[in-house]
Amino acid sequence: MPADNETLRKQIIEAIASQHRPTVTVLSSLLAIQDAIGYIPNEAIEEVAVQQDTTVNAVFGVASFYPNFRFTPPNNHSIEVCWGPTCHLEGSSNILQAVLDYLDLKEEGDTQDGEFSFRFNTCLGACSQAPVISLNHELFGKISPDESIKLIKEIKSSEPKHI
Amino acid sequence: MNFEELKDKADQEWNLLNDSPLPVIRVGTAMCGHASGAFRVIEELKSILSEKKIDAIIEEVGCLGLCYAEPLIDIKKQGQSRLFFNNVTTDSINTIVEEYLINNKIDTTSTLGYLGSEGPNFNEPDLNSLPGIALQERIALRNAGHTSPGDILQYIANGGYGGLHKALSSMEPSDVIDEVKNSGLRGRGGAAFPTGVKWSFLVGSSNPTKYILCNCEEGDPGAFNDKGILESDPHTLLEGLLIAGYATGASNGIVFIRHGHNGPINRTEEAIKQAKELGILGKNIFGSGFDFDIEVSLTGESYVAGEETALMEAVEGKRSMPRYRPPFPAAFGVWGKPSNINNVKSLSYTPEIVSKGAEWFSSIGVNKSTGTAIVCLSGDVNKPGLYEVPMGLTLKQVIDDLGGGMKEHQTLKLLQTGGPLGGVLGPDSTDIHIDFDEMRAAGAIFGSGGIIVGSNEVCAVDLTRILVAFCQFESCGKCFPCRLGMEHLLEIVERISNFESQDGDMDLMKSVGGTMEAGSLCGHGQLGFGPIRSAIPHFEKDFRSHIEDGICPTGSCNNPKIVPKNTRPYAQDFVVGVKND
Repeated sequence: MPADNETLRKQIIEAIASQHRPTVTVLSSLLAIQDAIGYIPNEAIEEVAVQQDTTVNAVFGVASFYPNFRFTPPNNHSIEVCWGPTCHLEGSSNILQAVLDYLDLKEEGDTQDGEFSFRFNTCLGACSQAPVISLNHELFGKISPDESIKLIKEIKSSEPKHI
Repeated sequence: MNFEELKDKADQEWNLLNDSPLPVIRVGTAMCGHASGAFRVIEELKSILSEKKIDAIIEEVGCLGLCYAEPLIDIKKQGQSRLFFNNVTTDSINTIVEEYLINNKIDTTSTLGYLGSEGPNFNEPDLNSLPGIALQERIALRNAGHTSPGDILQYIANGGYGGLHKALSSMEPSDVIDEVKNSGLRGRGGAAFPTGVKWSFLVGSSNPTKYILCNCEEGDPGAFNDKGILESDPHTLLEGLLIAGYATGASNGIVFIRHGHNGPINRTEEAIKQAKELGILGKNIFGSGFDFDIEVSLTGESYVAGEETALMEAVEGKRSMPRYRPPFPAAFGVWGKPSNINNVKSLSYTPEIVSKGAEWFSSIGVNKSTGTAIVCLSGDVNKPGLYEVPMGLTLKQVIDDLGGGMKEHQTLKLLQTGGPLGGVLGPDSTDIHIDFDEMRAAGAIFGSGGIIVGSNEVCAVDLTRILVAFCQFESCGKCFPCRLGMEHLLEIVERISNFESQDGDMDLMKSVGGTMEAGSLCGHGQLGFGPIRSAIPHFEKDFRSHIEDGICPTGSCNNPKIVPKNTRPYAQDFVVGVKND
């Protein structure tokens, strides 16, 4: 849920301050913010620029480079489908197609009903269990298109876990 | 506490655990366990145990290498061997508790084997007799699957930090470097550069702040061995980093991991915390006067961040784009300080090299490829896994003995090795040995250890397209030849796979590839043509059939497939609505 401006700024400042690793950078701050609120609003770009003594352009330059950052609030549940070579050989393109069809999407993005945010992933790191998908950051391996859709339907009724 | 006291304490606790009156249940929870449902099984197991009021010790351990058998669970009862159950589900765990834990009977067809000097519990085989275990010689992964990555004492009880203690108490830094040089250890990140020589570059600098960086970006599809080490036994990496720090006179270590890989991140950070508490990290380690600190640094999703200078940019919080060289990292690295970058695997060997000596390590392996190969086997084999085997095995042994052969009704068609920038080999390549130089000569690389096996149902053009799409997706955009060249190559390969190729496409690809090789700063652009270059000689027939006859021999190109394209903005962008004050 998008918070009002003041609350949002407070959350951002808290996220930046709560980093426990000794080295704090533009990138580490952006990752901390996305972990905390699920996306990088313009206010976050501004706050990081102030805290790191740099410009908003420089900060957005970093944020826009890494495809894991998003700039709008995410939907309730995250779906990622791996399309790396092993998963591709084991049939991930059928999963991609089935999931896109089910979500009524043409590419990466968010569903209209506010339920799902869908991303391609180049490698989820469990190639020995290919094909692999990630639902709310839980991995499911050796999975078929039908099973994927079944699991997606199941998480729809679970608690929102957008971060 | 000095090291001897620490070791005594660790040994005592380890013996107590092994002789515990409570059953010890170990569950594999590395990435492979996670993806096959190990965490759901643990949840179910805990609820069954509490419902039935059974006391047991549950330990989350790493990967034994037999990823195909995950979730892999073993139960050790007092005075008995560890009994392994493969492919456990939330249903079968109930049966295991009921039959084995409570009634001490079991249908042995559901067990994989036993491990331990007490012999079989029933008539199950010795786990060590399975080819997937018997062929392995584990050095970097010696504790994986056996000890809890979250308990530093279990690591110490199994000889951990003994190498560091030996180095600090009885060796000069130069002795350590000589030992690593003599072991013949070559970097396992892909370039296979001698690790000891690399370390010696850092020694000459008198700067008081020097960094040892450890690269676990591991964006390579098909490779999961770095993450496997961090999840299974993070302390072996920390010990390796400490040894490298002592040998080179470095003051700080940084472990660089991709954001989102929470297993490796959390276990490494927990390990750092425990090492600090025991004084193994920090000031005056083991009373030697040596100070060293380690922290974890995260990157966003970027394959190029695994390139050494791009990695330094990411540590500094910038876009992970490679730098011009010279100056080289040993002179001007992260934050402008002298730095040395090593792969997780390379560092994880060094504790054992220091403990057991260079001669021991160099006696394993073949020719100039000493030690072991940590193979990530995936694709169309029966038993994909994470196998640490002596260098010098043939690819045939990897596929047939470790991998359990091709899946039913399939024959071998291709092998993709060394990550997406590596190479593709044909079915006639199975006599090639895993040896850095032999594989390079064959037009592939061993690289970071990924071996993807493709069957006769795989179209070489289709696979090439995915590899090229990956390289396009991951181009950081700094160098024109790579940024535009990868897009151009993808366009051509897509044309071919859609049966719409134009005259001269094959030559055009070679020309684009040549420009990329000559004009790119880092390996991504220089090797970006690699997948196509190595695929063409082995699978010219596949390419010709698409181009000339409009036919895909396996039919897999007949239906259009989704290939993601990158939207990574190449230039610094402005945020709409944000003004720079």
